[in-house]
Amino acid sequence: MEDFCRLYSDLDSTTSTSRKVSVLRAHLAKASPADAAWTVYILTGGRVRRAVRTAELRQWATELAGLEEWLFEESYATVGDLAETIALVLDLGLPGPATVEGSLTHWIEDILLPLRTEDDPVARRQRVVAAWSAQHTLGRFCFTKLLTGGLRVGVSRRLVVRALAALTGLEDDILTHRLSGGWEPTEDNWALLTATDVSSSVGARPYPFFLASALDDGPDSLTGEPSDWLVEWKWDGIRGQLVRRDDEVWIWSRGGELVTDQFPEVVEAGLKLPPGTVVDGELLAWADDGPAPFSSLQRRLQRKRVGAKLLREVPVVLLAYDLLEWAGRDIRSLPLHERRAMLDGVMRRTEGNGMRLSQALNVGSWAEAARLRAGARTARAEGLMLKARNSPYRTGRRRGDWWKWKVDPLTLDAVLIYAQAGHGRRANLHTDYTFAVRNAEGELVPIAKAYSGLTDAEIIRLDKWIRENTRERFGPVRSVAAEQVFELAFEGIRRSRRHRSGLALRFPRILRWRTDKPVSEIDTVANLENLVERLGS
Amino acid sequence: MPEPVIQVRPEGLYVPAADLHIDPRRAVRRAIITHAHADHARAGHGRILASPTSRALLEHRLPGTPVSVLPWRTRHPFGKATISLHPAGHVLGSAQVRVEVDRETWVVSGDYKRQADPTCETFESVPCDTFITEATFALPVYRWPEPADVATDVLRWIRHNRDQGRSSLLLAYSLGKAQRVLAELHRHPEAQAVLGDPVVVHDAVAAINQLYRDAGIDLPPTRRIEDRPTGERRAPIVAIAPPAVDGSRWAKRLGVHDHAFVSGWMRIRGIRRRRAASRGFLLSDHADWPGLLRTIEESGARRVLVTHGRPDVLVRVLRERGVAAAPLEGPWEPAGEEG
Ligand SMILES: [Zn+2]
Repeated sequence: MEDFCRLYSDLDSTTSTSRKVSVLRAHLAKASPADAAWTVYILTGGRVRRAVRTAELRQWATELAGLEEWLFEESYATVGDLAETIALVLDLGLPGPATVEGSLTHWIEDILLPLRTEDDPVARRQRVVAAWSAQHTLGRFCFTKLLTGGLRVGVSRRLVVRALAALTGLEDDILTHRLSGGWEPTEDNWALLTATDVSSSVGARPYPFFLASALDDGPDSLTGEPSDWLVEWKWDGIRGQLVRRDDEVWIWSRGGELVTDQFPEVVEAGLKLPPGTVVDGELLAWADDGPAPFSSLQRRLQRKRVGAKLLREVPVVLLAYDLLEWAGRDIRSLPLHERRAMLDGVMRRTEGNGMRLSQALNVGSWAEAARLRAGARTARAEGLMLKARNSPYRTGRRRGDWWKWKVDPLTLDAVLIYAQAGHGRRANLHTDYTFAVRNAEGELVPIAKAYSGLTDAEIIRLDKWIRENTRERFGPVRSVAAEQVFELAFEGIRRSRRHRSGLALRFPRILRWRTDKPVSEIDTVANLENLVERLGS
Repeated sequence: MPEPVIQVRPEGLYVPAADLHIDPRRAVRRAIITHAHADHARAGHGRILASPTSRALLEHRLPGTPVSVLPWRTRHPFGKATISLHPAGHVLGSAQVRVEVDRETWVVSGDYKRQADPTCETFESVPCDTFITEATFALPVYRWPEPADVATDVLRWIRHNRDQGRSSLLLAYSLGKAQRVLAELHRHPEAQAVLGDPVVVHDAVAAINQLYRDAGIDLPPTRRIEDRPTGERRAPIVAIAPPAVDGSRWAKRLGVHDHAFVSGWMRIRGIRRRRAASRGFLLSDHADWPGLLRTIEESGARRVLVTHGRPDVLVRVLRERGVAAAPLEGPWEPAGEEG
């Protein structure tokens, strides 16, 4: 555990990717197979199912530190991370050792995991306090993080793969593939992950997704003719990969999660394909003969299992746009136009409910593409995808072959009314903002919360302004004078009874701080309602 | 009701009975300056009163302003008030100001800390009726580790950097923190083995070092970056510089290096990552949470007025413990890099 704490601290105190790779590689080289497996599992975002309720942890730490509850809350508001707050306040009342004894595996498997089956709250408290007592501040932080779910430390899956590649000499793609899906942290799996024999078969495992890059400057910046590119709608759903092998179908989301059970109609369609087929596409709610708004899909996503009624009301399809495996053969290295031709053939077996082909758009010139893109919202798309016809199916986000050319976002002007301190890197700065527009009565009603879009310098300047113009404080939230106007971008807008404005924005973010705009010129609920009408949702 | 012994005026804390200010932020006729940090020592006052060891630092920072010395613990009459200075343990010469009027005693803490510091006077508790305290780190999460343990971590970091062929740049406030870091590193048993050659210091630090040495503070020898022998220009070194130097031309002359911020703010990961995006070491010249509470208790004060930082939190805690407490409305400077 001491080694793992040190690894955490080393990874956390550099922003250099190559330094992180070398630190992680060195750690994995020394770690036992079981510890290495857990390290990889944790750093790739693997979560340990919550063993103790956070309310309990909070309460115990508050008691041990001899604090009043509100003092813990004030501390949490400043620190921004629950596990960190707990670790820091425990220093007040619970002495700890200079180093943490025992391996990472011991701490997880013998101490943390058994907590899940401890039903007696008194015994649970005793066990957690005993664990905290055997750790120093950093150990308590790491342990409590794991206890509450997971520990992310600015290390991407890709970075872990690079460290593993440096350690084993294996190709990135092989490691990514072996790690994708629900990789479990066991000694055996560590052996399989690092095995130099690459011939073993794969079962349910998906291929790593190839991700498109944003095309900011438009297609004129692309090489070749429009005819060298396959143009499709950029669908507004969630990315999915359908794996049909043996007697089964698995559906993977881009986050590496299995979502098979959530989409039974897609599974049914997938079963019509021959084993040894893997299709990449977009999961979309479907209404009549076209995609339904994203909010419909959300109704399905909120359920782990779907009932017959919801299945009828919100049917989902996988719009297939690529074929990665055919007849049990990995065909990702074939050029896209060949894979597409094969996909057309494959889809004839199952076209209909559950799966459909994402049609290629006929585009003679980039000007024509631009016109299509301008009408994307009416087609319920987010813009266009441009894919090089001769490109292989690559791994991760590599620029050059796949581009997403999104429509310009919708925008509105709103005024800042509430601010809250951020978390993690932004603790102690107000970075979570609530914005308002005016309703028919002239009142300011909240329209969106946004966290991103300002530069660090702007955040610091705004933070200072917020502190100087606070009207009231409600715990960590401050209400501020309604003076600062911001232009917000968003991807969609719909009616919502849960919001006071009667409207909900999708993916709101700050486009710019409009210091030039007076509050009298912000948007109104009325003109946003017109927008909803125009977009027709 | 009698007039308060100390009032808040737009220009800062004011003692009416003595007609003088304490750490005013605007130019006044006569000011007691608790210590030489920029947020307490402003230019333009007619006359400055300060502790014996603060004098040289103030003359260095505010050239041209006459500085009169008030010897430690000696009570001086000023009008109807009796005033004395007492060590605050924050940086060399830092003082608490005791003001007595008609047998009522107020103490202004200035910035203070309770940890031992080989480069400055040790804090002394001064009994009083009303204690005006700072609250820079007034949250239970702020608790300082032992400086010797911090020195161990710093030396381990330096050794690791050297093994990787990198120099180590410690970013520390040039007055107080830089000298304390130097002294803490050098009294560590492994200092010689790890540091080797004298530490390189930025000119801003070198100037203050000299004043500390003149005051009899024992600091190890240091050198300027220009003083490195030509043949060693590429060898990893250890350097101390003020935070503003980070990323500057001066820092580039260190070659490949890692930097680390030395401050109480480093206690919190989010703040550390925002300020430095790198390593942080936890050494503060302010009182931590237990230090604040202990000091308030030791003062025996019936009433506590709170400035700087988180007065809201400290005031509420004191009130819940039955101490009459109130925030002293600022605007106080937010504690900067000197934390
Ligand atoms: Zn100071």
